[in-house]
Amino acid sequence: MPERRAHAADETVLETRGLTKIFGGLIAVNSIDLKVHKGEILSLIGPNGAGKTTVFNVVSGIYRPEFGDVFFRGDRITGKKPHQIVAHGIARTFQNIRLFPDMTCRENVMAGRHCRSTSGLFSSVFRTPGQRAEENKIRETAEKRLRQVNLWKSRDDLAKNIAYGSQRMLEIARALASDPALLVLDEPSSGLNPRETRDLMAFLQGIIRDEDVTILLIEHDMNMVMGISDWVVVMDGGRKIAEGIPEDIYADQRVIEAYLGKDDEDTTAYDVPAEH
Amino acid sequence: MEQTPLTGIGKLASSRQLHVALATAVFLLYPFMVSNYYIDIAFYFGIYTLLGLSLNIVLGEVGLFDLGHAGFYAIGAYTTAILNTKFGIPILVLLPLSALAAALFAYVVCSPIIHLQGDYLLIVTLGMGEIVRLALINNPFDLTGGPNGVFGIDFPSLGPWLVIDSSLEYYFLIWLIVGLTILGLTRLQDSRIGRAWNYIREDETAANANGIDSRSYKLLAFVLGAALAGVAGNVYASKLMCVSPESFSFWESCLMFCIVLIGGMGSIPGVIIGAAFISLFPEIFRPFAMYRMLIFGSAMMLMMMFRPGGVWPRKRGAVKYESLLEGTGRTDA
Repeated sequence: MPERRAHAADETVLETRGLTKIFGGLIAVNSIDLKVHKGEILSLIGPNGAGKTTVFNVVSGIYRPEFGDVFFRGDRITGKKPHQIVAHGIARTFQNIRLFPDMTCRENVMAGRHCRSTSGLFSSVFRTPGQRAEENKIRETAEKRLRQVNLWKSRDDLAKNIAYGSQRMLEIARALASDPALLVLDEPSSGLNPRETRDLMAFLQGIIRDEDVTILLIEHDMNMVMGISDWVVVMDGGRKIAEGIPEDIYADQRVIEAYLGKDDEDTTAYDVPAEH
Repeated sequence: MEQTPLTGIGKLASSRQLHVALATAVFLLYPFMVSNYYIDIAFYFGIYTLLGLSLNIVLGEVGLFDLGHAGFYAIGAYTTAILNTKFGIPILVLLPLSALAAALFAYVVCSPIIHLQGDYLLIVTLGMGEIVRLALINNPFDLTGGPNGVFGIDFPSLGPWLVIDSSLEYYFLIWLIVGLTILGLTRLQDSRIGRAWNYIREDETAANANGIDSRSYKLLAFVLGAALAGVAGNVYASKLMCVSPESFSFWESCLMFCIVLIGGMGSIPGVIIGAAFISLFPEIFRPFAMYRMLIFGSAMMLMMMFRPGGVWPRKRGAVKYESLLEGTGRTDA
């Protein structure tokens, strides 16, 4: 068995046990066991319709699983509502970017602080000192995150008016604003050009290095998956068909079959990647 | 050392203060220059502004279609009317009570329907407004007086020394309430609650995924909107000295809807303009009264075609925010 080159492989941040999600007659996710260790980047890959996004939606509380459990830092979070799960420390982005289009970039990022603040109706109407201090804290964090993704100059622009690549980064900044322990990214590189993808990889490696965060990723860009993952889990038809370090997954016969179908003649269609 | 994020908008703030000061001066002087008739028109302008502001929370800030808002207005007015005529409770004491009654009603009625989206919610709230009106007509427990309504409602008074019984005093009462409401709502807009409402309007799934409990915030909008409509009902009931079901028809809900749509969803100045249009226009063009619906209808259609955001939409990003971190050495964090 390949060794997991995680940074602190002993601590599990997220664990799913026998996770199953059924839509009508379709078993979208079939008994998935997943273990994400602290400080690693785990990539979930697989062909279209493999059930990757469904796993994300169950973990982030958008769907309730039929069977199985989700544990986050020791707490059972199965079936909790999305807003409760964010408060637990899991922040996510969406495959098709979901910003608040007619609000400014700054307001978008401030959304991430909502679960970390508490001001109510009366303190907001009467502008109590506590409320004002909290608002300043929200603004500071939003500024920090906007600067981190180089969007501070666009702070007063509407989110719908900035470039596509910037919108992707803005969504990540919004997720990071909640200071998550686990960042769940659904195809962050889709729609990005190679240069932007490289910047994104460097950015993700940077936050893994500098912050107390773990990343769970769905990704189709194989260069990115192989370049930054510590561990790769492959899904097909709702099942987990393989997992391992990127190099092994790259050469795994089952994975190649899942992507390309069975073919006796040409199974070496991929170039074997250079050492990372 | 207190950091104020508003230092960069000093100029804007002072020009805004100037506008507010000018508007206040006009409102203070206006009633002393015109006859009682025009003071009453300004009073109804105030009532519609308050109703528009209350619906604006639900429709403008959160984007929930509520076409039964007259129901909340009616609950407030009838709470005042019944408790005052039957038990002699003073009108000003009933002001918060009417708000509370309307809010409670909204909480109970909206809890089971709050998950409905778009048009579905519109239909259900429309039904709710009609049920309230029909219930009032049917005179339950001999309380509401049926189609005739309740009459003999007192003037608001603070003991014997301040009795609000003239057009002038009502004018000041309603605009004082409107002014305080605008102050409170402006502050709410720029708080985490106002933002949460807007996030839900923009994308509810994304809002949930960012930690906003959309259900609670939608309910809060309904409850707060209903409370303000209840306040308007209280003032309206005591001004007219009687209430009857026909004052709270579907048409009233439509007018409130128009106020918010014409003015600009989620825009407080927009609501004032919309209310002015709805309440002043028919008075100014009295001779064309029979064409009122025609003109309103065409105006709405033209608005939707050429200015879908309303006359005065809320402009986001107009206030430039300065850095809080620059100079603190944390900008490269």
